[in-house]
Amino acid sequence: MSSKTSEFTTYDLNLIETELTLGLPGESRGRKLAKKRRSIESFDDIRSDATKCPLDEKQAIGWPPVTLHLKNSNFKFVKVAVDGAPYMRKVDLELYGDYQQLQCALVEIFSYFTLVIVFIENALSENNLLDVVNGRMYVSMYEDKFGDWMLVGDVPWKMFVETCKRIRLMRRSEAINAAPRTSSRGSNLSIF
Amino acid sequence: MFPEEVLEHVFSFLNSHTDRNTASLVCKSWYEMERWCRKRVFIGNCYAVNPRVVIRRFPEVKSVELKGKPHFADFNLVPEGWGGYVYPWIVEIARAYPWLEEIRLKRMVVTDECLEIVAKSFRNFRVLVLESCEGFSTDGLAAVAANCRNLRVLDLRECEVEELSGHWLSHFPDSFTSLESLNMACLGSEVSFSALERLVARSPNLKTLRLNRTVPIEKLSTLLQRAPQLVDFGTGAYSAEIRQDVYSRLADAFSRSKNLKSLSGFWDVTPAYLPAIYSVCSQLTSLNLSYAATRSPDLTKIVSQCYNLQRLVVLDYIEDTGLNTVSMSCKDLRELVVFPSDPFVGEVDVLLTEQGLVSVSQGCSKLQSVLYFCHQMSNSALISISKNRPNLTCFRLCIIEPRVPDYVTHEPLDVGFGSIVENCKQLTRLSMSGLLTDRVFEYIGTHAKNLDMLSIAFAGDSDLGLHHVLSGCDSLRKLEIRDCPFGDKALLANASKLEKMRSLWMSSCLVSFGACKLLGQKMPGLNVEVIDERENVNSLPEYVPVEKVYIYRTVSGQRFDTPDFVRIMGKDKDDLYNLS
Repeated sequence: MSSKTSEFTTYDLNLIETELTLGLPGESRGRKLAKKRRSIESFDDIRSDATKCPLDEKQAIGWPPVTLHLKNSNFKFVKVAVDGAPYMRKVDLELYGDYQQLQCALVEIFSYFTLVIVFIENALSENNLLDVVNGRMYVSMYEDKFGDWMLVGDVPWKMFVETCKRIRLMRRSEAINAAPRTSSRGSNLSIF
Repeated sequence: MFPEEVLEHVFSFLNSHTDRNTASLVCKSWYEMERWCRKRVFIGNCYAVNPRVVIRRFPEVKSVELKGKPHFADFNLVPEGWGGYVYPWIVEIARAYPWLEEIRLKRMVVTDECLEIVAKSFRNFRVLVLESCEGFSTDGLAAVAANCRNLRVLDLRECEVEELSGHWLSHFPDSFTSLESLNMACLGSEVSFSALERLVARSPNLKTLRLNRTVPIEKLSTLLQRAPQLVDFGTGAYSAEIRQDVYSRLADAFSRSKNLKSLSGFWDVTPAYLPAIYSVCSQLTSLNLSYAATRSPDLTKIVSQCYNLQRLVVLDYIEDTGLNTVSMSCKDLRELVVFPSDPFVGEVDVLLTEQGLVSVSQGCSKLQSVLYFCHQMSNSALISISKNRPNLTCFRLCIIEPRVPDYVTHEPLDVGFGSIVENCKQLTRLSMSGLLTDRVFEYIGTHAKNLDMLSIAFAGDSDLGLHHVLSGCDSLRKLEIRDCPFGDKALLANASKLEKMRSLWMSSCLVSFGACKLLGQKMPGLNVEVIDERENVNSLPEYVPVEKVYIYRTVSGQRFDTPDFVRIMGKDKDDLYNLS
């Protein structure tokens, strides 16, 4: 064994291309990963750097190694409609850990339409979806299990996943004019 | 020289593929004799050989087993469209083996057309097992149900099925009575319950029935009453508002199921219904509660009664206390699997630590196989486990956060895993996690002489680590590595070893395009597949590391069904002329 080890001296590697980091034993790099995964409970938490998707950062795909069947033993597919898109899509809400991940996924699946929806930072309102092509603002709404249309982001993520039946990205101008579609209550609750 | 009849008789006792392969190497006449009487063929990598070559060698086959994608495909590391298409195999074996009885496929792409060919080509077809397969719909299942008159086994394990309707089950004709095993647990759509009930009622040999989630708990007692001979039962969604009449019927039905040895299912469990199974607990040899999201006391109450349990699959909700109960009650336990209830959340509110595994290793003297997910580990725990259970054959430990050290000493876990490979001399499968340096690989190369499969992630410091494994592990056939700083040197220095292995997977490592090309050029018996989805991949310089490389031995040369993100390196004529 000793004669072979002399052939292998450690050498500096050009790591720029690879994004891997080496470190001394004992550094708990793993801790950083845990913090990134903490759930963002509402859109209010997304203040800084709203344009950056958490999925851009180096989250380890396929880790921990649990199979799709175990991970998705609860799948929850809901229809997603975007005003202006020719057809709807379905997303599995159980795949996402928080609102930001869901938004990233929505942006991605609708990105091939002429709408290009991006996040914009807007401290005043939760409506941070903007179509850069036609300058329209979009509001994320969802229909809950009681048939009421709600603004996405108010309730904790897990509660949202349980109660959401379908999602709609509505053009803001339409939202202002729309009569609130509540099941029975005659309130004048407007979307904004 | 023995007459042929004697040899044939002797060979009929050789059931393992390795034994048969060895026998065929003794001399030409044994080779000839063996190939004519081989009934079962196992191809561990569908790209290692052409179907026609297999058919030419083995003309009298009754059972074919094939595996397709590499193991890491289970964790989404193999992009869709990579390959593993079974169609070319189905077409050839349909032509060559009209009396084929069994097909078993794992991680392959199976289309409805494939299933239709299977349904119509084999008059005595009996067994269809599809594990982790995809590409087919319920229409394909309907074709199988309608046409396979002698079907015994229809087993869909963790498949991704396009669910067009639940009517496929109703395609089994009324005259069909030969069913022995039905596993439809992976399907999401509802089947007609009356069709299911009638099928069960007219299948006197039905031993295995694994339902899917849509079968409600109220209906379970009906099915159990229809099939008192059942040995292996998987429930549907095990939840409902608690109703005394439903509960009583269910508990009664279980108590009459005297042959039941295996239970699974239990989605969306309502804990109040769990005591209905108490009467069968002492019969059980296998129990899968991995979908039962219920807390430790409920789980502990169950396992404490499972005196004959050999296999337990459970969520980390069982906690250390529950595993302590397992260690005291389940003295016949051979296999323990503990899955994480919430794999992607940083904070932990479940009290499952390394201690649970240590207690099971102490109390269960027959424990051989472990798959354990947890958040912390120590060298001393690993050393204890290895000393308690030197008879371990499979040890897979996943500490959920990458590169986490010994939580007590903050040292790497090298010594702990080293102790595992040193003490557990019969270890054939090992998966490691936590903070690991090149030292652990030195231990593995030195001691793990029976190791057949090794999985490594986020470990090691340099090529030396990979070199230790490739040069030291004499029995190694499958090696899968992700996110480790292993590169060209170790790979090229051990090129000849790769031909003695089934396959090597390396992703997010430091293996360059140039090294892959060189390996592909120098080793005609290997396919070196670079899997790289970057847009600019063709313009990257040769020293840049590839995203993923999958290397496997093959006698059939490169494959031609690759998508654009897969390149088989070093096989172009230009590359071959440029050998330096």
